[in-house]
Amino acid sequence: MPTTTTTTTTEATPLAIVATGLRKAYGDKKVLDGIDLTVPQGTIFSLLGPNGAGKTTAVKILSTLITADAGDIRVGGHDIAADPQAVRAAIGVTGQFSAVDGLITGEENMLLMAELHHLSRSEGRRTAAELLERFDLVEAAKKPASTYSGGMKRRLDIAMTLVGGPRIIFLDEPTTGLDPRSRHNMWGIIRELVSDGVTVFLTTQYLEEADELADRIAVLNDGKIAAEGTAEELKRLIPGGHIRLRFADPAAYRHAASALREGTTRDDEALSVQIPSDGTQRELRSILDWLDTANVEADELTVHTPDLDDVFFALTGETTVPHQPAEALR
Amino acid sequence: MSSFALAVRDSKTMLRRNLLHARRYPSLTLNILLMPIVLLLLFVYIFGDVMSAGIGGGGADRAEYIAYLVPGILLMTLGGTPAGTAVSVAMDMTEGIIARFRTMAIHRGSVLIGHVLGSVLQALISVVLVGAVAVAIGFRSTDATVLEWLAAFGLLAMVATAFTWIAVGMGLASPNAEAASNMAMPLIILPFISSAFVPVDAMPGWFGPIAEYQPFTPAIETLRGLLLGSEIGDNGWLAVAWCLGLTVLGYRWSTALFNRDPK
Repeated sequence: MPTTTTTTTTEATPLAIVATGLRKAYGDKKVLDGIDLTVPQGTIFSLLGPNGAGKTTAVKILSTLITADAGDIRVGGHDIAADPQAVRAAIGVTGQFSAVDGLITGEENMLLMAELHHLSRSEGRRTAAELLERFDLVEAAKKPASTYSGGMKRRLDIAMTLVGGPRIIFLDEPTTGLDPRSRHNMWGIIRELVSDGVTVFLTTQYLEEADELADRIAVLNDGKIAAEGTAEELKRLIPGGHIRLRFADPAAYRHAASALREGTTRDDEALSVQIPSDGTQRELRSILDWLDTANVEADELTVHTPDLDDVFFALTGETTVPHQPAEALR
Repeated sequence: MSSFALAVRDSKTMLRRNLLHARRYPSLTLNILLMPIVLLLLFVYIFGDVMSAGIGGGGADRAEYIAYLVPGILLMTLGGTPAGTAVSVAMDMTEGIIARFRTMAIHRGSVLIGHVLGSVLQALISVVLVGAVAVAIGFRSTDATVLEWLAAFGLLAMVATAFTWIAVGMGLASPNAEAASNMAMPLIILPFISSAFVPVDAMPGWFGPIAEYQPFTPAIETLRGLLLGSEIGDNGWLAVAWCLGLTVLGYRWSTALFNRDPK
């Protein structure tokens, strides 16, 4: 059901989430200051922002947990203000803080969800068993959820969210606090969800995560959308690719700095220079050739391609410098 | 599914969840059960002789004081269980799973109804257990009919429901378990300043009204009337009115608090 108020041109794809002019304030503090969001069905949308940007508030509003002060919101084709129960029937939510009942076992948590989705007893047992298996929780199924590790709790949390077969899933910082392995597992789970045609609305403070998963990213800063687009589009917003040479010997550094061509940036303290580059193999080779010719030998060479960090810092930081020396190594 | 059928079904699910909690973690329930039993034994065996001298114009025997005391102790039991409910509701509300329930297409009040049903059930089981102890130490009703026994049980159920809804509101209004425990203190204190231990007319004159105009006294007097054949008078209607009033108030208060946006 396309809304007439939005100016979106993607009428062809049905939209899972449409929000216009979303506002929320707590007292004097404006948490969301008029944001617009459009998420086509079957895609992953990521709301990216630093702590306190308003990401969780946005998820809470879109998932009917709290009400917005202003704004038109349709989720799954239903108006959130007029028919929140219809929205609730279409969505699944995994909040930032684990939404499992710690006093009962993992399996009991799953069966509780099945009952609340009004599945029959046998259907409920089957769904619970399937999801426990899929999320590698069979062994822990009979233990109280409070004894689970962080990663296990998150997996149980998502498994519970999936019980009713929701078409739109909200994940609020699903990997915060997870170790690298659990985080990669979670990414795999999220990708699998979308391959089934589910729409995922994801918040994260990890740029890598948004880059890895999201079809579209909106950068939220201070209650406003600072930029929106695909990861590639966002990266194109700012320049930032460069090659960084670091020297151990001050004399070698001075020699290199004087010999280098225009456009390079010197960092006398770190004894390093940065040469702008688009990161292609061809350009890297030509730079290396030229360094050889100029008889410059660096102790360390790093290639820095513009990533979402640069976008993030450029859009959300006080400084507009896209790349600081400390950020170059990755 | 009609909204009523949905409410019944989801409340039943939530009740099951609460009973599972109670069964898995019985310490809170046992704690609450312990207090009325200890008080019963204390007042009968330690203070019994002095207390019984004070009622019935002196020379009263201990059995008479047991009879006087037990209805009060039973109602005190009904004050203690809801106090535990306030704490467990406050604790539950800090759990992430409540946020999940709020974003699901379930009957909204079922979370609270589940708590109330579970708590009333526990309260009534506690009353039966405390009653059994009372009978074991010599409490006997004076030829109460079956109807009077049923009425007594019905009264206890009504009182339990009323206090539990108030307690749920207290739990929802409290930011944490400690605050809920403090807020629920009146439910534990009120029986002490009622006619549970001594008759109202034996109290200092200025204190009489405090003991008289509160829910426990008419409920205790009604229970005494039903089980021991004493004069009920207006106390029956007063007790029912208190129960209905508190139930409506507690229900309205609780649902209003629960329907607020969570922090």
